[in-house]
Amino acid sequence: MRLIPACGVPNVAQPLLQVDDLRTYFGTPYGIARAVDGVSFVLEHGETLALVGESGCGKSMTALSIMQLVPEPAGYIDGGRILFEGKDLLDLTWNQMRQVRGNDIAMIFQEPMTSLNGTRTIGWQLVEAMEVHGKASGHAAQHRALELLTRVGLEQPTLVLRQYPHELSGGMRQRVLIAMALANEPKLLIADEPTTALDVTIQAQILDLMRDLQRALGMSMLLITHDLGIVAKMAQHVAVMYAGQIVEYAPTQHLFRQPCHPYTRGLFASLPSRYRRGVDLATLEGVVPQATNWPRACRFEPRCPYHWGTCMQMPPRMLGTAPGHTVRCHLYDPTVADRLSLDTLRHRGGDVVKAIGQTPEAEANA
Amino acid sequence: MLRYIIRRLLYALLILVSVSLVTFVLFYASSSPQQVARRNLSAKNPTPQQIEEWIHQHGYDKPRWQQFQEHMSQLFLLRFGKSDANGEDIWERIGSGAPASLLLATIAFFGSLLVTISLALAIASFRGTYIDGWGTFLCVLMMSIVYLVYIIAGQFLLGKLLKIFPLAGYQSGVQAWKFVMLPAVVSIVGGLGATVRLYRTFFLDEINQDYVRTARAKGVSEWAILFRHVLKNAAIPILTTTAAAIPTLFLGSLLGESFFNIPGLGSYLRDAIDSQDFAVVRAMVFLGTITTIIGYLLTDISYTLVDPRVRLE
Amino acid sequence: MTTLFPLLQNVLPLVIVALVVWVVVHARQQPLWAEAYRRLARNPLAMMALGVICLYGLITVLDSLQWRDTTTEEPKTVLDRLFAHVPQERTYSAPLATMTTGEPQLHAVQGWHLLGTDGNGKDVLYQALKGCRTAMIIGGFTSLLVTPLALLFGMSAGYFGRRVDDAVQYTYTVLSSIPDILLLIALLLVFGHGLDKLCYALGITSWVGLCRLVRGETLKHREREYVRAARALGVSPLRILARHILPNLLPLVIISITLGFSGLVLAESILSYLGIGVEAGTGSWGNMIDAARLELAREPVVWWNLAAASTALFLIVLAFNLFGDALRDALDPRLRST
Repeated sequence: MRLIPACGVPNVAQPLLQVDDLRTYFGTPYGIARAVDGVSFVLEHGETLALVGESGCGKSMTALSIMQLVPEPAGYIDGGRILFEGKDLLDLTWNQMRQVRGNDIAMIFQEPMTSLNGTRTIGWQLVEAMEVHGKASGHAAQHRALELLTRVGLEQPTLVLRQYPHELSGGMRQRVLIAMALANEPKLLIADEPTTALDVTIQAQILDLMRDLQRALGMSMLLITHDLGIVAKMAQHVAVMYAGQIVEYAPTQHLFRQPCHPYTRGLFASLPSRYRRGVDLATLEGVVPQATNWPRACRFEPRCPYHWGTCMQMPPRMLGTAPGHTVRCHLYDPTVADRLSLDTLRHRGGDVVKAIGQTPEAEANA
Repeated sequence: MLRYIIRRLLYALLILVSVSLVTFVLFYASSSPQQVARRNLSAKNPTPQQIEEWIHQHGYDKPRWQQFQEHMSQLFLLRFGKSDANGEDIWERIGSGAPASLLLATIAFFGSLLVTISLALAIASFRGTYIDGWGTFLCVLMMSIVYLVYIIAGQFLLGKLLKIFPLAGYQSGVQAWKFVMLPAVVSIVGGLGATVRLYRTFFLDEINQDYVRTARAKGVSEWAILFRHVLKNAAIPILTTTAAAIPTLFLGSLLGESFFNIPGLGSYLRDAIDSQDFAVVRAMVFLGTITTIIGYLLTDISYTLVDPRVRLE
Repeated sequence: MTTLFPLLQNVLPLVIVALVVWVVVHARQQPLWAEAYRRLARNPLAMMALGVICLYGLITVLDSLQWRDTTTEEPKTVLDRLFAHVPQERTYSAPLATMTTGEPQLHAVQGWHLLGTDGNGKDVLYQALKGCRTAMIIGGFTSLLVTPLALLFGMSAGYFGRRVDDAVQYTYTVLSSIPDILLLIALLLVFGHGLDKLCYALGITSWVGLCRLVRGETLKHREREYVRAARALGVSPLRILARHILPNLLPLVIISITLGFSGLVLAESILSYLGIGVEAGTGSWGNMIDAARLELAREPVVWWNLAAASTALFLIVLAFNLFGDALRDALDPRLRST
């Protein structure tokens, strides 16, 4: 389902990024691990899509697959299409893809402390990002590097240019990494948990910075996170991933107001809230199954509080419940004959339902 | 930095004192003067008078403590004295033999560095493929062959069969490098196995690091990643290994020079072993220790040049 | 070793074998070792290497059991007796040849020599096999000397720290500042020839490496919670070292011994080649190579004794290298990084 993009950007005819049925597998001694198993989504120009889920659900691997940086030789892309501006990235040769990386699509990672080369100056690494794609060299590159460092909010950028990574703090390093990613004004920025390793106070600053830069450059962003707070702040659309698949996709506001999939509801319910003081924190029972051994039908079934017979027999389809809002769950599939009615959901399971039925926002408005 | 160097040199002096004690105990304190004299006059069937004369001549009749003092001061002033076997001045002989040994050692050292780093880098860049597997196995095979076979086979193949290099001998001056090439090549090939395998691990450790992932995400080519990122970071463990390899140059020169008839320090030592010349061995041990200590110090200093995170205090 | 009673001399190799077998079987009870055994068993290369090592061990045992036939003769080992029927020729002869070589007038060869004969007409295979015992004893006895020394100093330095650490570090810095080969030459010139003296000299030069490793590991383990807890409870240092830290060091020690074995065997051959190793009569591949190196220049080329000695040396060194690597990978709880 396509939405009209938020800002006016030329070429509305096709989305910036369209992922169709992406499958990334790993060969392991215990069998094939299906880390990404049929993921499809769309990202428009200028907007931010958040990819949410627990560790092990495949969100990082999805991002790496788009960049084609899947760890070899164990990992490989088994199938699907990754259409960037209409062209399938999986058809490109290694060298052609190399020209896309850092140029049209940029990526920043989770650990700023180790993501920079400790033996090279910041300036050298920034200039490399530009020189590799022939965007600038020599003095022009140095000048632009200075510009970038100022843009990402670093004080004393001339000093930082000459410094080595170990002389900077974690927050500063992440700013440098953002500057490096934006050096060639990419159309898409993939950010894999960019603030997870940083202090909470710095987190907010970095996120604000990223949002401002995105608006200024008209850039799209694929933001990978497990933090729903960040999702609320940054993303227009959200895709919730579980066990290598997308289980729910919606505009952010819709998802927060009305989470449909039991997993999403579980995620929201487990958020600590001042409205539930004195009550035990709700948790999602069980653990994520092994990627080598996904459950045969619905993958969330072993942990789902609403499961019934059909869930173990038939994998659920991804269907729409509202404009722009799709869910992968039998509860919302009208063709499943014996599905539970949504009313009975409220009466099942006592406390759990009570907690799940009310989101923090709903409670705040209540 | 200067304070660091001074401190290291002072510690080095302390080490050298102990080393001179070790050589003193080994050579002088472990056998009686009569035994030493007999050992050196054995061919001539000495009379007791000749033995006493020899002892007095070489200063073995003084009290032990005095002997050690003299011994230590001699060593530290690099006054190695005369050879036990043939009476020639040791320091002079060292001076005349040093150029050949230095030439051989320098070519072997830098040649080896170049070859091993290139090979290890090449194997690491093909990681996970057959080249990697077979290359590593070949390294294990090569490091299991005793160095003697490399020398003998090297001379046979390159000297006798293919006639690329002269078989043996030496000519000082401009032509010297020709005679030194074969021993140098043998030295490089003989030391390949273990070193290439080790350097490969260093490179692979770096390739799996996060900063390499960032570089790839920037679009840097694999070649540039190897040469401009991985190499610089792997430089520290490589330098450490190289420093530890300096003492092995002595073994190489010992075996190689005597085999190829190059009149350097190695063959001098070999002759000293054959004739049980303690004075020469003592001098070489001391000299070798000084070389090793300086080598380690230079390596530590070079760490700061390579890795900006290292600070010597 | 050369002054023990003959009976004891025969019992010793059997005792050693029994001890090794007992240790290997007993270790299976520990989960770490049981898992290691399983991984090793699945590695065909490692099993072949182990087979070679056991073969050399067998030859060593055969060459150690000896007795006299009459009181005037020298005692003969089992290996000697197996080769007693092989006659000595006049001079060189190629493997499986019928005529001698290198003489102005060739003579017929009287016996059957699988690897030919050397300059004195002795069978080359026999000589190569005689070198096994030397190599295995060098590796084994030296490791036996090195390990307690390295453990003692390394653990003391790592655990007690400060003065003790400084002293130990100074000692091994002094020793490691002297290039190994030079120190070995100095020691052997003073000690003289002989298998046991060679072991002592090699022991003095090789304990530093293991000591450093042990010190590092001890330092690491000393800061672990369970050791700090034991110290807080007032457990004596000796007990902590023996019962807590030492078992964690054992895999490291075993791997170090296995990988170091090949280095020791190579060192022996080089030192024997230089003339400061074992006595002339003892079997040694180094001696064989020394005797053989000039023969490549002869016409016709006499290559088989050099080849035999080199190959025998190569096989055991390779076996220990391969097995040592496999053992290290099998004992490592983490997977290899490559």
